[in-house]
Amino acid sequence: MPDMIVNGIRIDESFAEAFDMRATALVITADTEAWAETAAASLTGFATSIIACGVEAGIDARLAPPETPDGRPGVRVLLFAGSTGELQKQLQNRVGQCVLTSPGSACYAGLEGVETLKLGDALRYFADGFQISKRFGGRHFWRLPVMDGEFVCEGTTGLTKSAVGGGNLLLMGRSIAATRHAAETAVAAMAKIDGAIMPFPGGIVRSGSKVGSKYKGLIASTNHAYCPTLRGLTMSALEEDIASVLEIVIDGLTPEAVAAAMRAGLASAIALGPEVGVVRIGAGNYGGKLGKHHFHLKDLLP
Amino acid sequence: MSALCFQLRQSPPQRLDCSPLTPERLRGLGLADITRLPLQTTRAAVAVGDLFTVTAGDPANIVIAGGSPRLDDIGAGMTMGSITVEGSVGIRAGAGMRGGRLSVTGEAGPYAASGMLGGAIEIGGNAGDFLGAPGIGAGMAGGMVVVRGSAGARAGDRLRRGVIVIEGDSGDYPASRMIAGTLVICGRAGAAPGYLMRRGTLFAESAAPLPTFLATGAADHVFRALLARALAPASSRAASLVARSGLARFGGDVAGLGKGELLIATTV
Repeated sequence: MPDMIVNGIRIDESFAEAFDMRATALVITADTEAWAETAAASLTGFATSIIACGVEAGIDARLAPPETPDGRPGVRVLLFAGSTGELQKQLQNRVGQCVLTSPGSACYAGLEGVETLKLGDALRYFADGFQISKRFGGRHFWRLPVMDGEFVCEGTTGLTKSAVGGGNLLLMGRSIAATRHAAETAVAAMAKIDGAIMPFPGGIVRSGSKVGSKYKGLIASTNHAYCPTLRGLTMSALEEDIASVLEIVIDGLTPEAVAAAMRAGLASAIALGPEVGVVRIGAGNYGGKLGKHHFHLKDLLP
Repeated sequence: MSALCFQLRQSPPQRLDCSPLTPERLRGLGLADITRLPLQTTRAAVAVGDLFTVTAGDPANIVIAGGSPRLDDIGAGMTMGSITVEGSVGIRAGAGMRGGRLSVTGEAGPYAASGMLGGAIEIGGNAGDFLGAPGIGAGMAGGMVVVRGSAGARAGDRLRRGVIVIEGDSGDYPASRMIAGTLVICGRAGAAPGYLMRRGTLFAESAAPLPTFLATGAADHVFRALLARALAPASSRAASLVARSGLARFGGDVAGLGKGELLIATTV
């Protein structure tokens, strides 16, 4: 099955199949780096998969004070959903419950777009008539009096309909520890790519899923072909030297961002070599008929 | 392409309506057409060619060399391009302007920027009364005005949206009846600042608030930081006043709706 061997690691002749998604970006600032991070972590919590969370969200970048609209430390977060309506709903709920509530926070558009989603335009009503609208420098802000001062929030943020969700890498190793080490190394490299996030815990999924289930009402179930403990019992995709598989899922604002993240992850996992890291790298797809975007591993190798 | 230039040869014999001299209205006109454009406001006919020597150039970039307080409605209703007046202008400079840039190196008369909706106006000298106030219809509702000198009474009257910066002092009743928007006075505000203002923000280096303005908590630094950054390219004086810590904040005018704010460095 392995068609290529790079630095002693078997690379599948396979591709990641990814889908069009709706996405937006926010810049969250606070008085300190730690509080910007806390607000962003809260906003992007429980946002691993649209299967049950509504959105997939994550931290894209940490911004130094000169890079943010108000000159304070900030964090850029990305949010992805299957529909504009769901993205709007999640944006409003999450900013309202996680950013508005966080001490000293402010929230700005992180993306310019012809189409927009409501941000402060929806949250302003919290101020019960004491909200203040300010439009200058080509931007529109809402000021909401809150108990620690004011929550400043941009009126709208941009929406993109050409975002991509579902880029992925499957890292297969001889031990749980070696596989985890390779996945952590890959995620660290991929996190540096702007415009892409890895929405799962620490960027890593250990329970990759297939479409469908033997049980009615379940739309996804364990990817049995990649479960090492089922090798021999079912149709397995794993050879005998593989004891653990971890997946990294990537969502990007553009196909190029997803490809760049996959390229960075492949390069850093391959650089570890088969003794320290993984022995095989693959990618998940559905035969190529469901998703518009195909990211072939052979095109992304270092 | 160089600028389309109007050189004023003599002092106008009457007040002139200069509103035809905007980039969009001159686009596509030949030099002969331009010189025949009527500017009079009385029964005595005055055409462009009677007073100005016109040098052909790009109508998106107009220069009026030699000003006069009789040049009214300069840049009124303009939507794009730029007009630079080397000298002073009369009333209603940039009235109803929607876009583009108007620069006046000298003084501007009353009602400059009245009913303005967008674009940028810079006045190098002083501005007269009713800066950004309602002329025909509502007050200024967008764009940015910077006055390097001082302004007369009632600056920002019924201001609805946009930013007005007065780098010097203002006359009496600045921000009277203000609906929303922002007025920054880098010097001393005249009497009764924000008289009957509904919403909106008035910054002043020094001002004497009316009894119908009530001291509130300090103004939050996030909004001030955003505004200071937006103002910095146009007016470093305004940006430094806005960003200054320790501004006293007053809410009012509680004789009316009372949702406006005064932010004052020195309360007198």
